This record gives sequence, structure tokens and C-alpha cells, in this order.
Amino acid sequence: MAKQKTMSGTPQRRVGTILGTGFFLILSLIIVFPVFAGLLASFRPGTQLIRRGLAIDLDISTMNLDNYTYLFSGNADSQKYFMWYKNSLVITIVSVTLTLLICYFVAYGLTMYDFKFKNLLFTIVLATMMVPFEILMLPLYKEIIAFKLIDTYTGVIIIGLCGASTIFFFKQYLSGLPKDLLDAARIDGCNEYSISVRIILPLAKPAFASMGILCAMGSWNAILWPLLVLKGAEKFTLPIGLNTLLTPYGNNYDVLIAGSMFGILPILVIFLIFNRYIIDGMTAGAVKG
Amino acid sequence: MKFRKIFYSQKVAPYVFVVPFILSFFFFWVYPLITAFTMSFQDIGAITSEWIGFANYTKLLKDNVFHIAVMNSVKYMFFTLVLLIPFPMLFAVLMDSHLVKAKGVWKAILYMPALTSVVISGTLFRLMFTEYTTGQMNIISSFLGLGTYKWLKMGWSGMLALLIVACWRWTGVNMLYFLSGLKSIDTALYEAADIDGASGWQKFRYVTLPLLKPTTVYVLTISVYAGLSMFLESYMLWAGNSSPNNIGLTIVGYLYKRGIEKNDMGYACAVGVVLLVVALIINFVQLIFNGTFKKEEQ
Repeated sequence: MAKQKTMSGTPQRRVGTILGTGFFLILSLIIVFPVFAGLLASFRPGTQLIRRGLAIDLDISTMNLDNYTYLFSGNADSQKYFMWYKNSLVITIVSVTLTLLICYFVAYGLTMYDFKFKNLLFTIVLATMMVPFEILMLPLYKEIIAFKLIDTYTGVIIIGLCGASTIFFFKQYLSGLPKDLLDAARIDGCNEYSISVRIILPLAKPAFASMGILCAMGSWNAILWPLLVLKGAEKFTLPIGLNTLLTPYGNNYDVLIAGSMFGILPILVIFLIFNRYIIDGMTAGAVKG
Repeated sequence: MKFRKIFYSQKVAPYVFVVPFILSFFFFWVYPLITAFTMSFQDIGAITSEWIGFANYTKLLKDNVFHIAVMNSVKYMFFTLVLLIPFPMLFAVLMDSHLVKAKGVWKAILYMPALTSVVISGTLFRLMFTEYTTGQMNIISSFLGLGTYKWLKMGWSGMLALLIVACWRWTGVNMLYFLSGLKSIDTALYEAADIDGASGWQKFRYVTLPLLKPTTVYVLTISVYAGLSMFLESYMLWAGNSSPNNIGLTIVGYLYKRGIEKNDMGYACAVGVVLLVVALIINFVQLIFNGTFKKEEQ
């Protein structure tokens, strides 16, 4: 460590640091650019988007809050928008809560007990990750129609409740906890289910945080499946609703651009608060292979 | 209360815990998978369905549009592998070095695109690839003296647009995968290499690269799947599922078009089965090449 400190003072080293940091600065600017351009555009009339695309124009005098006041003014478009927003929130909250609980309990069962089909079940969990969802999409669609769940939130939420990767992550996390805890609790007269809820669940809080945020992002941004299941405009989620504003015949860019920027907001806030957990959760599978 | 006692016993509890998965597995995985196979041999009508054997598959063999879709998906997958594995890996190595300051900031910014919905990113990029001279891509290409293009109307530039969106969205994510892989490498190995007088390149070649292998295999696997099943990026970039001369049509796009838009579910399921077979073959070959099976035998 001491050696490195003295080395970082050499001019050669300093040039390296400037180059290395500069590289990421430029890369970050490129990455931010489309969103920044979209943000600028959201302060200008939507018709400009059609004429000029996302032209970068820093002239403050031509900017105004019209799109946002329109979005919040309570007119028909904005009522629709906030209905979609609310739908997305409801679906996200319900599906994240249920997914986390179900996946936690499944992983708990797979980790804490030795039973006959344990290894087989875990292999199956991993195997379900090997088939792209898109192949199952049409039969699932027919199934949801048969169950009369079409155009319902239940239909949107139900198929994703047992996400294999979420189970896998919880299992990885739980297998790091000492099993002696279970025996200690049993001696104290705690039953199997109370142990899972009252002893182990609080210990798994970081895992809940990581998976919760990943699931929330997935659910908030999901398009393909909700697009199939939801039929009525009053049930649409935000991405699908925004998508309907785009038609080959004419685009309602005023709501779209302001609505898009406002739609990124909750995810961005969550990310800024929990970004460590997101990265932990996301990369969990990558290291173990 | 005998039932109560059994329910609370240590023998039964694990099964109670895993029941939701078993139900979900049968209802939302096994059954649809089997149905996808059986439907692919049927002509699905509104009320009755007719068993037609391999007719859907023989039709697929002669279907030009399907060939275009497969070519597009495979090309897209190939180029995403070429672009989204080596570069993020190098970025991660650089990020992991002492040469970069304010790492947290760059990591967060590079991850940001993965947070935005495809609807939003697709719309932004569609506007940037507009054929008007004010589109960013036309500004760049005319700055380079290449003139302006109708980006989303030609095959090569349409693919380029898709790849640029892919790079924008996934470079940061893949970089984070490699970074977490790098973290798990014991620093003592680098110290040992230093003592042996290894150069920077040699350390990368003989220490970093082999020890990053599990991460690389993981990223490769998910990239193969993501590449082959790409659909929404194309759907957003062309504001719907039709692009000029099908330049943006992918396998899943074709599945969607046939199954949902044209209500020809049997044919669409045949498309899905082909996608599954292609994905499994590619992954199997790749896992063999990477020696994943060999390692397990030892």
C-alpha cells in the first residue's frame, strides 16, 4: 500500500490517472447523452421532436414547462397518464411483495431441509432459466384466457411469482446462514413456519433489498407480457400506455416525452438510494458461474 | 388435531415451502412448453384445431420472411457477443485499476440505461436516428464527411442502430458483471506474477483471463439468449412490428406477428420451437467449448 501511495505521485502515474478517469468521463457523457437530450426536449413543444428530432439546443429562452403543466393539468390525457402510473405502481408493489415472499419461502425450503426431491427440485429451478420466456408466451396467453384472467392484474402478475433467478439468489444467500439457528429455535419451541418468518427472514433483509429492487425494476419496465394480457386502456401500465401514444399515424409527443422523463423518476430515486444492493443482486449469478 | 401435527412436522414443512414453485412449474412452464410443442403441429382455428403433422415446419423451411428474421436475430446475437463481451471486460479491468478516480459515479452512470424502459430508450434512439439532418447520427456522419442516411430504412444501418441501442443499454451491466468477477480474484496471484516479473499484458493473459472464465461463460450464456430473443428494441425503434423490408424483424418479432397479429398460433409456435432448438444448440456447443462439462467430471 505504502509503495502505491508514493508511486501515485509520479508524473507518469498522474497522466495515467487522468487518461483512465477521462476515459470513463467520456463514456459516461455518451451514455447520459440520449437521456439528457430527451430531458431538454421535454421542455419544448412536442411538434419540435417531429421536425428536429432530439436536436441539442441549450437556448433557455425557448424552453418552457408547457409539457409538464399539460401533464399535471388534469385534462383527459393527463388523467390517462396518471391512471397508467397508478396501475404500474399497484402492479409493481403487489408483484414485488408476493414474488419476494414466495421465492424466499421456496428457497428456504430448498436450503434449510434435507428431503427426498431437494436436488431434483433445485435442478429444475435452474433448468427453467434455460428456456426463453418468448417460447412459452403464446401457450401462456391461451392459458390465461382459459383461466379468465385476461385483462386483469392477476393475469399480469401470476406468471412471474416464482422467478428462478430470485429463488437462486435467495438460496445462495440463505446457505450462508448457520443452520444451528433452526435447531436452537426448535428447542425453544418455535414451529417450522415461525422459524422461517421470525428467525431467518429478518436475517435475510439484504437479500430482500437486492431482489426487491431488481424485481421492482423488472415489473415497472415490463412490456411484452402486460401488452398481451391487458386489453382496456384503463388497465394499461405506464410503458404500454406510453407505447400507445406512438402510432405510425401520428405521435402524441407532448405527453410522451414529459411522461417518459417523469416515468424514469421513481426507478432513478430507488437506484440512487439502493444502488449497492442492486449491483450485489445483479452480479450474484455471475461469479459462481 | 392429527392434521395439525403432520402439517407442523419437520418432514412435511419443506414440501409446504416448495409447493408454490411446483405449482408454478407445472402451470407456467411444463404445460406451456408441452403445449408449444403440440401446437406447433396443429393448425389452430378459432374453435377447432387440426393436427397437420410437420406442415408448419416444412412451411417454415420455405418461408422467406422467416429466413430474414433468423438471419437478423443471429447477426444481432453475433455482433452483441463481439461488442458486449471484450469491451466491457477491458473497461472493467481499467475500472479495477488504480488509474480511475470516482469509480462509484461512473459505475452508477454506466448502469443507468438498464434502468430505463425500452419504450423510453427506444423512442429516444428513434429520434436520434431520424432521417432528417438534425438527427444526432446524421450530424455525426455528416461531420465525418459521410453524408446523411435514412438510418432506419436500410438493412446495414438498421442493424447498426439496433447494436448501438444494445451497446448503450448493456455495456455498463456487463462491465459490472466482470467487475464482480475481478473482485473474486485473489490479489496474491498478481503479487506473485509481479515477483516473477510478468508484464501487464502477461498478468491479464495468464491471471485475469482464466480466472474470469466463470463470469465470461455466464455473460456469454445470457447474451446468447438475450441476442436470439431480442424483440422489444426492434419493436420500439420502428414504432411497431413492421420495418421496411423487414430489416428489423427478429425471430420473436415474427412469432409475435404470426401468433398475435395474424392469429396463426400453430405456425407461431413452430417458430418458437425453432428458436428454442437454436438457443439450446448454441449454448450446448458453447458450454462444451468452455469445458464446463469437463470440469464437473473431474
